Amino acid sequence: MSHAPHSPLPVGHYAYDEVDRTFLKQRVAQFRDQVERRISGALTEEEFKPLRLMNGLYLQLHAYMLRVAIPYGILNSGQMRTLAQIAQRYDRDYGHFTTRQNIQFNWIRLEDTPDILALLADADMHAIQTSGNCIRNVTADQFAGAAADEVLDPRVHAEILRQWSTLHPEFTFLPRKFKIAISGSPQDRVAARFHDIGLMARNGENGRPVFEVYVGGGLGRTPIVGVKLRDDLPEEDLIAYLEAILRVYNEFGRRDNIYKARIKILVQALGVDEFRDRVNSEFVAMDRARYRLDEGIVAAIRARFGVPDFDPAGQAAEKLAQQRKADRAFDFWVRTNTHAHKQPGYVSVTISCKPAGGIPGDVTSSQMNLLADLADQLSFGELRITHLQNVVLGHVRQDKLYGLWQTLEQNGLGTANVGFITDIVACPGLDYCALANARSIPIAQKLSERFASPDLQREIGPLRLNISGCINACGHHHAGHIGILGVDKRGEEAFQITLGGAADQDTVSIGQIIGAAMSEDETVDAIARIIDTYLARRTAGEQFIETCRRLGTAPFKDAAYATA
Amino acid sequence: MPLLENGQIKDDNWQIAIEGESLPSGDVLVPLARLAEGLGRNGDGRLGVLLNAGDQVEDLRVALPRLSCVQVTFPIFRDGRGFTQARALREHLHFKGEIRAGGHILPDQYEFLLRCGVNSVVVPEGVDASVWQKAHEAFTVAYQPAVLNEQPEGFAFRRKLL
Repeated sequence: MSHAPHSPLPVGHYAYDEVDRTFLKQRVAQFRDQVERRISGALTEEEFKPLRLMNGLYLQLHAYMLRVAIPYGILNSGQMRTLAQIAQRYDRDYGHFTTRQNIQFNWIRLEDTPDILALLADADMHAIQTSGNCIRNVTADQFAGAAADEVLDPRVHAEILRQWSTLHPEFTFLPRKFKIAISGSPQDRVAARFHDIGLMARNGENGRPVFEVYVGGGLGRTPIVGVKLRDDLPEEDLIAYLEAILRVYNEFGRRDNIYKARIKILVQALGVDEFRDRVNSEFVAMDRARYRLDEGIVAAIRARFGVPDFDPAGQAAEKLAQQRKADRAFDFWVRTNTHAHKQPGYVSVTISCKPAGGIPGDVTSSQMNLLADLADQLSFGELRITHLQNVVLGHVRQDKLYGLWQTLEQNGLGTANVGFITDIVACPGLDYCALANARSIPIAQKLSERFASPDLQREIGPLRLNISGCINACGHHHAGHIGILGVDKRGEEAFQITLGGAADQDTVSIGQIIGAAMSEDETVDAIARIIDTYLARRTAGEQFIETCRRLGTAPFKDAAYATA
Repeated sequence: MPLLENGQIKDDNWQIAIEGESLPSGDVLVPLARLAEGLGRNGDGRLGVLLNAGDQVEDLRVALPRLSCVQVTFPIFRDGRGFTQARALREHLHFKGEIRAGGHILPDQYEFLLRCGVNSVVVPEGVDASVWQKAHEAFTVAYQPAVLNEQPEGFAFRRKLL
């Protein structure tokens, strides 16, 4: 049975209307004009740069890179096919999913970008505010609206924040970029405390949501865990309170040094109490009625979200159990790559974009088209990009899993490694990026090869491995249980190892550098010895991060620097 | 330098206080540090304040009823503090006079300035007003409330522009 969407509304994300489409067309026209003014010389490169950045267009080492927004990580099958078309027509037939749930195209020509944006606009997509010193794409839980442990689907509020922040007249030239994440589950899957603002939603006493508000977290050069500003912000004050935070930041955030310009530096400099006082002064002084998020507004946005029309569970669970018993490889994949769903008979599936030896997050146009087809057949046409650079089908009936897995296997997308050591998060690194000190991709590929054995990965168990090609930390190395940081060592690419980072809600921590940088191959060997040390010294059932916390970094450091 | 207001270029009749010189007669803009001097001036001219990016709008609260104009300054177009100053003048201090924006500003920022409560922009000599007008007309919808209190466009926070 096919689950092709029969509802006029897309499942899982906001449906544009004519007003929204007109706005996107106007945005494309504006950018086309800006490109023409740049080419004619009316705009200097310095003046053009922030304008192109606010349309996601970077100038990288070898070409322009276009970063397309995927709001809260959700897109429909038609939008995925548009991305495939762009990859094929304007890039080298692939795209790269990012840690902000977006997609990047790496080989773009400036003069093509207005046409690409027009193509995106036809699919209700854009690249607005995927870069620049403005409010960036709002990220959300990749299992939103599906997870068994969820109390509230955060995507409606993520969409409200997306709209509110779009071309915000006051907050488009902030001291620095600004990232917001929102979760509706007590299990933080968005790294809320590593964001400029992290929101944790739960149900309040009056039946409307309340939000825990964290502020001033972030990775980058100065990794800091966010602090709690509010425990129970009422829904109706969500926009007003965020306005207040942004106003304080826009007024007082540093502008003299881009490395000191994020809100985390301001929060640290003022102290959380003083920062909170300033936000509260602004909040009580402002015209709250103007910014009130009425129930009616929330309802109007929610009404434009399609919801899945689930089938009864029937014998789906029993059929799945039989298939798992009959096929061991399938059973392992189900264990690692599925997540419990609130609807009986359904699961969420994480499709790994990290095959053995592959480039983390890279997907070809034919894989994109396949994913779109699978979404239409099995998951109400909905796809999700995760901040760990994988793709999720949110709502798959359990008795369809076996067929799905077989198809994925045949197309290089069936790797059973989600949450394991080869589920590597990596930035584009020096292969593309003008800021990088070292290449992230080759070392990711070597590590992926080194630990490719499914049995070995299962033996090692859950482990987050993150790679950044420079201290700007786009690969979130501080948040990895094992982090790798590319550095420049007297003109050579080299890598430092960090241990003990974690982005989970209750145990959030920043990884610590264990010692001097090594070459690529030495680093791969050092990590293998770190893993051997863990396997030798763990207690029964202890995960890597737990052993790391119990023993401290010393034994791992000894192992890493032990010469053969 | 000329002034852009409502799509028209017009002459700017305001003078800017010159450092080390006494205030001229006529309409004059003074820096925050010379506000008291400006308020104490005898004469028929109007008074305005020229805010720098780091100045606190709150410092104008007492004097504001006697001011006809406040100019916010963009040392470089990327420095967006002037947007917050203008909006605060309208929203917190209920300033009804003229707010103008000066310094390094791009036409692409014009609509943002207007929506933060700015009326006029100091522009270079010989500027093409049509480029600014085009920027003003680029969008017919905005996605958030602003101090201009534009009409709702459909649902949620959408506002009709123009």
